Amino acid sequence: MLENAYLIPLLPGLSFLAILLFGKRIKGGQGAHYIGVPVLAVVWVLSLVAVFGWINRVDDVTPATEAGATTHETAAAGVGTAGDPASPVVLAAEGETGAEAGHEAVAQPVIRSATWWSNAGENFRIGTLVDGLSVTLLFVVSTVSLLVHIYSIEYVRGDERYTHYYAFLSFFSAAMLFFVLSQNIIQMIVGWELVGVSSFVLIGHWWESLDNSNAAMKAFMTNRVGDVGLLVGMIILYFAAGSFEVPVINEMAASGQIRHLLLLAAAGSLTAAVMSKSGQFPLHTWLPDAMAGPTPVSALIHAATMVVAGVYMVARLYPVFYEGYSIGTSSINGLALLGGFTAFMAAALAFVQWDIKKVLAYSTISQLGYMVMALGVGAWTAAIFHLFTHALFKACLFLGAGSVSHASHHTFDMREMGGLRKVMPHTYKTFVLASLALAGVFPLAGFWSKDEILVGAMRGQQSGYPLMLFFGLLVAFMTAAYMTRVIWYTFWGEYRGHGTPHESPALITGPLWILAGGAVLGGLVNLPSAVADKIGLGGAAHLIETYAEPVRYLDQFSTFSVAAPSLGLALTGLALALGGILAVYLYYWRRLGPHGLTEQSVWARRGYTFLVNKYYLDHLYTGIIARGVRGPVAQAAYWVNQNVIDRIVNLVGESARETGRWVYTNIDQGVVDGTVNGLSSGAEATGEGLRVIQSGRVQQYGSLLFGAAAVLAIIFTIVI
Amino acid sequence: MLVNQFLILGAVLFCTGVYGVLARRNAVMVLMSIELMLNAVNINLLTFGLMVGSISGQVFALFIIAIAAAEVGVGLALVLLIYRNRSNIDVEELDLMHG
Repeated sequence: MLENAYLIPLLPGLSFLAILLFGKRIKGGQGAHYIGVPVLAVVWVLSLVAVFGWINRVDDVTPATEAGATTHETAAAGVGTAGDPASPVVLAAEGETGAEAGHEAVAQPVIRSATWWSNAGENFRIGTLVDGLSVTLLFVVSTVSLLVHIYSIEYVRGDERYTHYYAFLSFFSAAMLFFVLSQNIIQMIVGWELVGVSSFVLIGHWWESLDNSNAAMKAFMTNRVGDVGLLVGMIILYFAAGSFEVPVINEMAASGQIRHLLLLAAAGSLTAAVMSKSGQFPLHTWLPDAMAGPTPVSALIHAATMVVAGVYMVARLYPVFYEGYSIGTSSINGLALLGGFTAFMAAALAFVQWDIKKVLAYSTISQLGYMVMALGVGAWTAAIFHLFTHALFKACLFLGAGSVSHASHHTFDMREMGGLRKVMPHTYKTFVLASLALAGVFPLAGFWSKDEILVGAMRGQQSGYPLMLFFGLLVAFMTAAYMTRVIWYTFWGEYRGHGTPHESPALITGPLWILAGGAVLGGLVNLPSAVADKIGLGGAAHLIETYAEPVRYLDQFSTFSVAAPSLGLALTGLALALGGILAVYLYYWRRLGPHGLTEQSVWARRGYTFLVNKYYLDHLYTGIIARGVRGPVAQAAYWVNQNVIDRIVNLVGESARETGRWVYTNIDQGVVDGTVNGLSSGAEATGEGLRVIQSGRVQQYGSLLFGAAAVLAIIFTIVI
Repeated sequence: MLVNQFLILGAVLFCTGVYGVLARRNAVMVLMSIELMLNAVNINLLTFGLMVGSISGQVFALFIIAIAAAEVGVGLALVLLIYRNRSNIDVEELDLMHG
């Protein structure tokens, strides 16, 4: 399966075509899921086969998995103390303890590629690269996509463009899987743009409403801003490494064959792409608006898969960022700061939203910030682990919000909800489980991944990242608090909407429970071995670390280490999460704390307004930047237009007119017309002359004929 | 060999024909004059054929007689139609192609 991984994106691609061509004929346009769901089920099975195929491949190389994992850790700790990448001798000596065997015999990624086209001696290839990171993403994407396909049967039922919807769900799945399996950076760009297009189409699925099509447009345009960074970064990488192949670029970046300045420029440009696609400050503004799309789309594209494309891209080209931002040696860098600040900023915004999906959208931005921060502090494994768990519980939350809306008259406004826990027990339970997982409550999935990020920030590679640790802890507290607020407004209190809400059918609650199960158990994927050994799952410890980390085949990257977990930090994080829940619980349930603060305090009101207006970023973009272009720039352009361009144009026009006049009187009237008239009158005179001969009388013609013949005969006689 | 005499006879007949074609106003007479010219040519062909000792001259003469018959047929048909339209066959008055 690892060699034939191309089947995984190919199948949904074919399903897209099949739905587009034949979808309307199945059950009167309401049966597209008969194609979409089975295909995604097959894709899911294939992804699972790929996951186990990769695990077997790694195990075959290092037969003792447990031993490999533990020795890797001791070696990593040793390297962490030895520290200096400029002393390979020391590193080799440290590595003698046993991990060196793991570094020599490592599972290489499975690459299969064919020439796409070639130009100027450069082969542009297309193919698949399967390694631990790819199979992790394959599993996440296919799982969430399959569940969303099933969920949508009920959620989008009866929609006018049901077929279109399913076609583009399949298209998105194909594009995302294609992107994830990219073997070179050209393919990556193509996949990146393809998921952007499908995101645009699906956000604007109900385009009859102007808001929706505007949101789609905004998402697309904002992403274009970042895409420029993507192109520039990829071009720099190509000219720096001389190749489009991802492994070649990684090898060269990791082994220091590319100058640091080039790597920094590439990493900086690519960070702009991460900003747009993964919703990082300040290009995150499209993501909350993207909630205009159907909720399952938000769950699939704008929570679990597409928005992590940026995180995936950083993880895929990690040596570029690691060396470019000097992640190993610094204690603050652009990527970590970007992620940390985004996480904090978005979490603050989540408090003032009334739209349940927008709360979740800001929460997604915040969690994506967490992942970017994790990558920025060198906690690669933690970032991928968090990507994995976040996909499960955030998809569950979004689908839960969709279920709530499906039940209560298609509103997402939390002011029109309330008291739903009694009528929607399944949705309520799954939503609470997923919220606890998001908040990072022991022992749910979010706790483990968030803890790893915090540990990563605390320990760093060679020096810790104290500011990032502060951001991380603060966001942990805020996350727990705003999710509790959502649960209060949605499920507690009295029902404030219209009609009678009801529980959603099994097609909706089924996927919810599956994802809630994932939110509970997802942490098992990368348990710290200290914990795993205690509960008898020693073999399952550090799955992502063991099987996915690229350091296993990047020899030159041996300075990289994974921070050992810290019990104290785990307890601190847990205490903050519980504290956040408790604070909000007291505020809403017990009516304690400063209620009506915004009415009493000017500063609180100002802060609230500031948050409600989303830091005025939209005002900045449309009001200042866009109007700045429209206003002074437009006036300047008008002045230039009137005084420079118009003058030149007028001058050219007038001189052209003068020239024309001269040409008319002299050349046209005199020469040209004279010639033409002369020719015609000459022809007329000749005609008049010859007209006489044309008598029409045969005998006259005959005489001329014979006369001419006689003359010719005489000439011939004389000459010859 | 009476080559000269034959050639002179041919030339006289041809000139008579040319004169008839150019000068006569009666269309039938014009046709007859054309026949004279054709026969003058026949005499020339026979004479040169005899002189060279080839049979080709006589063969060509036979062809010309056959074609002359067809030509006279077509010509007389035209004359007949002209007569039916105009009640005379004066070629001087046939100047519809006058420039």
